Amino acid sequence: MAAPFELSDDSVVVIIGTGAGGGVLANELAQKGVSVVSLEAGGRYLPEDYINDEWESFGQLAWLDARTTSGDWRVANDFSGLPAWIVKAVGGTTTHWAGASLRFQDHEWKAATTYGPVQGANLLDWPIDPREMDDYYTKAENKLGVTRTGDRAGLPGNNNYKVFEAGAKALGYEEVSTGRMAINSASNDDRAACQQTGFCFQGCKWGAKWSAAYTDIPRGEATGNLEVRERAHVLKIEHDDSGKVTGVLYADADGNQHLQKARIVCVAGNSIESPRLLLNSASNMFPEGLANSSGQVGRNYMRHMTGSVYAVFDKPVKMWRGTTMAGIIQDEARHDPSRGFVGGYELETLALGLPFMAAFLDPGGWGREFTTALDSYENMAGMWIVGEDMPQETNRITLNHDVKDQYGLPAPNVHFDDHPNDVAMRNHAYKQGMAVYEAVGATRVFPTPPYPSTHNLGTNRMSENSRDGVVNKHGQTHDIANLFISDGSQFTTGAAENPTLTIVALAIRQADFIAAEMGKNNI
Amino acid sequence: MTSRNTKLTRRQLLSRSAAAGAAFVVGAGYVAGSSAAWAMNVEHVQPTTMATLIQMARDIYPHDHVADEFYAAAVKGYDSADAAPMIEAGIAALDAAARGKGYASYIEAGWERDRVDILRGLENSTFFQTIRGGLVTGLYNQKAVWPLFGYEGESFSKGGYIDRGFDDINWI
Ligand SMILES: Cc1cc2nc3c(=O)[nH]c(=O)nc-3n(C[C@H](O)[C@H](O)[C@H](O)COP(=O)(O)OP(=O)(O)OC[C@H]3O[C@@H](n4cnc5c(N)ncnc54)[C@H](O)[C@@H]3O)c2cc1C
Ligand code: SF4
Repeated sequence: MAAPFELSDDSVVVIIGTGAGGGVLANELAQKGVSVVSLEAGGRYLPEDYINDEWESFGQLAWLDARTTSGDWRVANDFSGLPAWIVKAVGGTTTHWAGASLRFQDHEWKAATTYGPVQGANLLDWPIDPREMDDYYTKAENKLGVTRTGDRAGLPGNNNYKVFEAGAKALGYEEVSTGRMAINSASNDDRAACQQTGFCFQGCKWGAKWSAAYTDIPRGEATGNLEVRERAHVLKIEHDDSGKVTGVLYADADGNQHLQKARIVCVAGNSIESPRLLLNSASNMFPEGLANSSGQVGRNYMRHMTGSVYAVFDKPVKMWRGTTMAGIIQDEARHDPSRGFVGGYELETLALGLPFMAAFLDPGGWGREFTTALDSYENMAGMWIVGEDMPQETNRITLNHDVKDQYGLPAPNVHFDDHPNDVAMRNHAYKQGMAVYEAVGATRVFPTPPYPSTHNLGTNRMSENSRDGVVNKHGQTHDIANLFISDGSQFTTGAAENPTLTIVALAIRQADFIAAEMGKNNI
Repeated sequence: MTSRNTKLTRRQLLSRSAAAGAAFVVGAGYVAGSSAAWAMNVEHVQPTTMATLIQMARDIYPHDHVADEFYAAAVKGYDSADAAPMIEAGIAALDAAARGKGYASYIEAGWERDRVDILRGLENSTFFQTIRGGLVTGLYNQKAVWPLFGYEGESFSKGGYIDRGFDDINWI
């Protein structure tokens, strides 16, 4: 039930993007009776449309608009036009995500204070007290149906997990489990239980995994207060002489441009498109882009310290069967500088199908060293490493005026150099990950380089002071009261945990704030 | 795509063909396996060029349990008017490099080791990288290849693995 709002209706909240941040915010506001127009660049795909084939699904869902890369990260060499793996579809990257749903550890909200000065890092404390988040985290866990929270049971472990767990225990790790997952272990919230099909990254055809595409979006629409316009690509945010934003210019599926008026604009296009949109909206009044008086728009791009470890055994594992991310080791998530780096990391099982394994195991690799690894595909187990990376001012999204997208707008360039802390942490994690598998008889191990970024964070960061960041503790831009950032680009620091639960909790919290401020006529 | 050769007997095929390396035979407008197990028509590139390209594909991603016809299928798309000049030039350069090392041509270098040595010398060329990059999907994204690696593909149509062995590991 779409609620059609007029283009000229300047009482609506316009939300750009319908992923973890934008999709949840849209529903939360609609439930409170606020009129919302969501503009989503991608089309609408539901479980019956998802394709359980890695490359075909990628072609169906991935964001493939022009992007460029620079910096010393290997992605710039191996996948120069694909810095990030992000979805363009209603529901955003929550169609692709694996579902790992972890809260930040308390100290991670205060990275600058906890870690002290780290040379070259632009560390800052979040302007949020961890206790303020407790209730929002609980709401987010209930919304997503996260296992091992509330009274929800954990998922059963698959083959890949069993190898991982045995190795972890042999090494003496204690915090090993099938994790907290936004995947139903029993049917819940009108969605089925996980059938262990093994294509979580391609969209869950059972709907067992939470995605905004088939939960928050249709529920928001059912209120009559939310209209989702799909294949509506926002090009520019407009403002008036007083510096308030007034609406957005977007292109529809046929390339025709429209101006949607707005009382409030919330940007949730993920951490590459969100700052790009602010930069592309530069005007005489805001020559450096919207909300950019700090100069921090696009800076402090974080992607988590990542990498993978695959291992071959003398007997079959068949890791592709069952949940893609089937378990976690949390012992290394603590902050313990005696390991040679600040912050911590998680180890999480991961399985790729043969086509993706060929592309990502050792990009560019060839010859027998490479092919003998794939010959043992059936006997392979795998894990992914995800840890806190350091925000650096020079890691940033800029406009590349030499490369244009399909609308003639400058493409984003994504520049990333590893910080020495990231490198030290990755090397530690590789060593530990390989030890896990060697402890249970691996005959060969592969410390695999990072893939294109799946966690994109920090490019419109939250700060107490307007000089240090782009938004305040509510995601409201310091410069423009009716302009909000509602996605992972708000992150002040990245923490060790997968980000989506926190993105969702912040969106629920932001909806409370926006509705209250609207009620008071403050915005 | 390649087709199982049903029309010609091995003897008939060989009588009309010339050997290209140990693995292939070529004739007017086609490349075939020496065993006559498969044959592929070519329209735009020379049959010997295609045979060399198939050998090159195998040398880049050698899997001894994957038959030549899958490598042939992986590079078949280069037999087009658009791609042919690039392929002919690339293979000519490969053969020139082989002659520089004392072989009659790339495909006549008998040991994989020797051919890989020739490839290493061209590793940074656009031609090599185009062929290698294309093979990542051209070879490994062939559904017919997946079972050779044990990979089972989609499972939704069979109800997932919940009752079909998602946790059937028995040695850990
Ligand atoms: C393979 C994979 C696995 C993952 N696994 C996990 C996991 O286990 N746990 C976890 O916490 N996280 C995981 N993630 C990350 C998670 O998906 C993201 O952190 C999260 O979805 C980000 O939310 P977002 O709102 O910032 O952006 P997105 O969810 O990416 O949504 C952004 C939306 O905005 C739209 N958009 C962008 N620009 C415009 C524009 N100009 N106009 C209109 N629309 C626009 C996009 O099309 C998109 O739909 C995974 C990601 C991937 C790719
Ligand atoms: S393994 Fe479970 S969560 Fe993942 S796609 Fe299959 S049914 Fe969905």
